[in-house]
Amino acid sequence: MSDLLRLATAGSVDDGKSTLVGRLLYDTKSVLADQLDAVTRASVDKGLSTPDLSLLVDGLRSEREQGITIDVAYRYFATGKRSFVLADTPGHVQYTRNTVTGASTAQLAILLVDARKGVIEQTRRHAAVLALLGVPNLVLAVNKIDLVGYDEGVFETIAQEFAAHADKLGYPMGSVLSVPVSALVGDNVVEPSANTPWYAGPTLLDHLETVAVQPDPHEAPLRFPVQYVIRPRTAEHPDYRGYAGQVAAGTVRVGDRVTVLPSVVAGGLTTTVERIDTPDGELTEAVAGQSVTLLLADDLDVARGDLIAAADAPPAVTDEFAATLAWLADKPLRTGARVLVKHGTRTVPAIVAAVDARFDEQALSVVDAPDGLSLNEIGLVTLRTAEPLPLDDYADSRRTGAFIVIDNADGTTLAAGLAGTPLPGT
Amino acid sequence: MAEAPDKLDNLDALESEGIHIMREVAGEFDRPVILFSGGKDSTLLLHLAVKAFWPAPVPFPLLHVDTGHNFDEVIDFRDRMVERYGVRLVVAHVQEWIDDGRLEERPDGTRNPLQTVPLLDTITANKFDAVFGGGRRDEERARAKERIFSLRNAFGQWDPRRQRPELWNLYNGRHRAGEHVRVFPLSNWTELDVWRYIEREKIELPSIYYAHKREVYQRDGMWLTSGPWGGPRDGEAVFPKMVRYRTVGDGSCTGAVESEALTVSDVIAEVQASRLTERGATRADDRLSEAAMEDRKREGYF
Ligand SMILES: Nc1nc2c(ncn2[C@@H]2O[C@H](COP(=O)(O)OP(=O)(O)O)[C@@H](O)[C@H]2O)c(=O)[nH]1
Repeated sequence: MSDLLRLATAGSVDDGKSTLVGRLLYDTKSVLADQLDAVTRASVDKGLSTPDLSLLVDGLRSEREQGITIDVAYRYFATGKRSFVLADTPGHVQYTRNTVTGASTAQLAILLVDARKGVIEQTRRHAAVLALLGVPNLVLAVNKIDLVGYDEGVFETIAQEFAAHADKLGYPMGSVLSVPVSALVGDNVVEPSANTPWYAGPTLLDHLETVAVQPDPHEAPLRFPVQYVIRPRTAEHPDYRGYAGQVAAGTVRVGDRVTVLPSVVAGGLTTTVERIDTPDGELTEAVAGQSVTLLLADDLDVARGDLIAAADAPPAVTDEFAATLAWLADKPLRTGARVLVKHGTRTVPAIVAAVDARFDEQALSVVDAPDGLSLNEIGLVTLRTAEPLPLDDYADSRRTGAFIVIDNADGTTLAAGLAGTPLPGT
Repeated sequence: MAEAPDKLDNLDALESEGIHIMREVAGEFDRPVILFSGGKDSTLLLHLAVKAFWPAPVPFPLLHVDTGHNFDEVIDFRDRMVERYGVRLVVAHVQEWIDDGRLEERPDGTRNPLQTVPLLDTITANKFDAVFGGGRRDEERARAKERIFSLRNAFGQWDPRRQRPELWNLYNGRHRAGEHVRVFPLSNWTELDVWRYIEREKIELPSIYYAHKREVYQRDGMWLTSGPWGGPRDGEAVFPKMVRYRTVGDGSCTGAVESEALTVSDVIAEVQASRLTERGATRADDRLSEAAMEDRKREGYF
């Protein structure tokens, strides 16, 4: 069985990210013959003897020249073991916006550094943002290892410095790997390299294929945001009433006691899961990531926007809470701003009651934010919502601790929101 | 009854994502519609919609922009699907726009580029606010940056600078009156995923997707067939060949590829072969490159 790994890449300009992504696509045979033809022709025009693989992924330089917005791009490749969805996040301009977007769904991130430069300020910032967003696995690709003569000492120094930083960010042992690579030549990307006999670890692709990704944890308490109420009212199904959604966390089993939140009744209404339906047949249980339809024992008034949660471990239901915002809009955030908050399947009006502090992802500290937040800044805020929300801490649940902030007037997405203050390294 | 898997298989994960997107749209929009050409991607969309709302009927109508240059097999298929799933079909006939002068026939007779205006007019007239398309990000480099929820202004235009960051699976469908949102539930599928899923789910497709004997002639490097759009010109020789279609567009400019692929698994083998066959190999044969081009041409218009 082949499963799906969602990953993100990050790095500074010229570290070789386009070349590396191009090589992954090329070496996994994920490139159509005509695309490669085009790249080969363009490379010949540039006087190169081998195809410039960075051209496969729309090099940033050409985008800049053409004035195209520098933005997250998604790439696809697959091997016999896994399929990969890669969010390619450009590193310089608006790096927070792009990294946050790519990281929000990633189970692993590849950070690139140039072996000649080592870990730089940008690397630390990127890693902090990835940690904040809860990306569980990091790979440091120490690229251009050919340009430092395949020197073990250079690699070790960089790997150790990065390991120390990752440790500070809260990454447990085993969740971070450094690999010496040459994206240009191909060393240790797919095939182990004879040029680095001192490196005993896996190649980059080996690691991507085999790394154990904690899927959304099955043992976590159940969270099931109701998307849609299915009521066929047909002759065949006159009284069918099913709650359609995707399990956001945990496992749901037939017979489970569940609570529907938020609710007019304090603590929510409690009932039992009677059936788990899919068009392919009934299930005894469903886990995080599965789209199913739940039928409940009691006829409760459940609607889109409600959350069905484990009765013995419900989330806090609150209309005032501390949160971390990554501000992604040109328009700055000021205290008192009126916005919309979309959490799960519910969208509610909210007021930013206070901008409490700003996170300095370089120093890993919090500083005052008297002027609110501007584009690409991360801050701590207090939010007041018009209706209570059933919220988990983002640190406990990436799905039900996350929300987006929307501009009431023009519908723009203003910020990525994380319930609580999961600031790494502080 | 089935127990839950330890981890989701790739196709299960993609299917679940697609169903989640369909249900979000049903929950947040007033008048969604599925673009339905009878092609494989739109057939897959319909299949996901059926699964997302089962046992209730699909809560969206289908919209077909009909160039008039159709393959009979595809129109038959379209009508059978409409009947099977009890959905409403809205057809925008490009011919009507030509007849009343809103559009002009092109000198080359091709109608693919003429589809945009009827599409937008029909979206406006029906006040559709969410329009499902079968686009995938692996189809073209420009598409790699397309969002799953993609805002379009009243002119149907996509403004890369107004793209919203798409975070977690929290889609933002806010739009102003007159605007609509294009929704791409298959964004994260590759062509191979699509075919493997078609095989797994035993999804029926129009017969022209599989190899069959057909009289074809060559023009601009493509194998074309005669139809209401015309036929071979003087000097264009007609050959009987085993062919299949990889897309179902305007018959006047949709080329067939020579193929022996009679079944889904044959097609999967063919799609796999159209990737590079070995490291460093640079050329697959021309016929497959052309087919890939064809896929992308189609994309330009939607
Ligand atoms: N020697 C060497 N050059 C590399 C390597 N990777 C990338 N480059 C070169 O570094 C430059 C920047 O690479 P590119 O992939 O465009 O960087 P990006 O800006 O991070 O996408 C190009 O000239 C590449 O050919 C490598 O591993 N070794």
